[in-house]
Parts: sequence; C-alpha cells; structure tokens
Amino acid sequence: MGRLTFDPIDPDRLVAAVRRPTRGAVATFVGTVRSPNRGKEVLHIEYSAYEPMAEQVLDAIEAELRDRYPEIGVAALHRLGRIGVGDASVVVAVAAPHRQEALQACSDWIEQMKVRVPIWKKEFYSDGSAWVDNRDCTDPDRPAPPSPHRSS
Amino acid sequence: MRIRVLLFARYAELAGRDELEIEVPPPLTVGDVWRWVGERYPELGRLEDRPMMACDRIYAQADRSLKGGEEVAFFPPVGGG
Repeated sequence: MGRLTFDPIDPDRLVAAVRRPTRGAVATFVGTVRSPNRGKEVLHIEYSAYEPMAEQVLDAIEAELRDRYPEIGVAALHRLGRIGVGDASVVVAVAAPHRQEALQACSDWIEQMKVRVPIWKKEFYSDGSAWVDNRDCTDPDRPAPPSPHRSS
Repeated sequence: MRIRVLLFARYAELAGRDELEIEVPPPLTVGDVWRWVGERYPELGRLEDRPMMACDRIYAQADRSLKGGEEVAFFPPVGGG
C-alpha cells in the first residue's frame, strides 16, 4: 500500500495494517507541516500530485523495499490538498521481524519518496506563497544527515 | 500524431493551464514536445531549470521517441514528504 488521500491521516491504522505476530518491530515516520520554514512563518501548505504516476512510483518504491527486505510490510499515506501547521502530511509504517530492517526500510522509504514521487508543495505566508522543492533543504537548524548506511 | 501533455505545479501556473493536446508530425521526442510547449508558452520557454519529464507515467529522457497517443508530463523538481 502506498497511497494518496485528501483526509487527515491516522497513523494507528497504518501500523495496524502491517503488524503480524512474525514481525517484532514497527518503525513509523510522520512528516508534519513545519513553521517557520526557511525563516518564514508558514500559515498552511498545499500539496498537489500527478496522482496516477505518484501511485505507481509509490508502488515501485514499496516493491523495491520488499525485494531488499523480504519480510517487511509497508503501509503509507501521503496527504494532498491543504494541510495546517503541525498536521501530518505523510505517514509510513514499516513492520519487520527485527528492528534493523524496520528502521532502515522506513528511512529508505522516506528518502526515496522525497526525490521520486511527483508531488509538489506550496507554502503560504502572510505576504504570499512559494513552491518549495526537496532540493532546497537549506534549513540551518536541520542537523547534518547521518553517513550512508553500510549494509553488512 | 497526437500527444497529450500534462503540466504541473509552477509550470501549470506559468502556462495558465495543466493539460493540452498537440498534433505534430513525426519524428518526435519528449524533448521536442518540451520545446514546442516552450514556444507556445514563452513563460515556460524562458525557464532555466530543466523539467522532470515522464512518458506514460514513467520518467523519461528528452531523447525518448514518441509514437503517438502517449501522455507526456513536464514538472518541476518534486516536493513531497
């Protein structure tokens, strides 16, 4: 499951969808609307998508992850339309027998979707709006990304 | 041959529309369609960034040849997540 919705996201439902007795670990990522962003107070965000292609790319990302981590279950939702500050824009839950696969696959999912899925974000401020793409991760408060994971 | 062209996000705003159908003689590549769109909508033609391109919902390079009937999409760098 890798899908789009215009409704608020319930992370518990995604977790419930991937839990199995054989999977002892569930890793969940929730992305929320942040304010300020790049120094400007954000009133709200609007996400739009090339929906049929976005669904296909999300399916492909999930299939690749299941190839890499054969025991995992993945459930994800990306919200479209208008989203308020602090509200969830994307939630992914990954369950696996053990924590290393769950955490790594969860991380891989969000990193992949941010560069591949045809979804766009427009931020709204008191004095206008701007499209913000994922190349522009120049937030000075953001910690440096960890070194690439070396699989053993 | 007929090609359906989709524009998204800032590109749709600049062109004032998000969908068009073009009828052009072959041979034709995805890059040729972008150039056609840029001439028809100069606000897009003036852009410096290279668009992301898709053909029938799969990412494509500019030199991908078209046969007719495809759905080609052009869009700015993505911003989901």
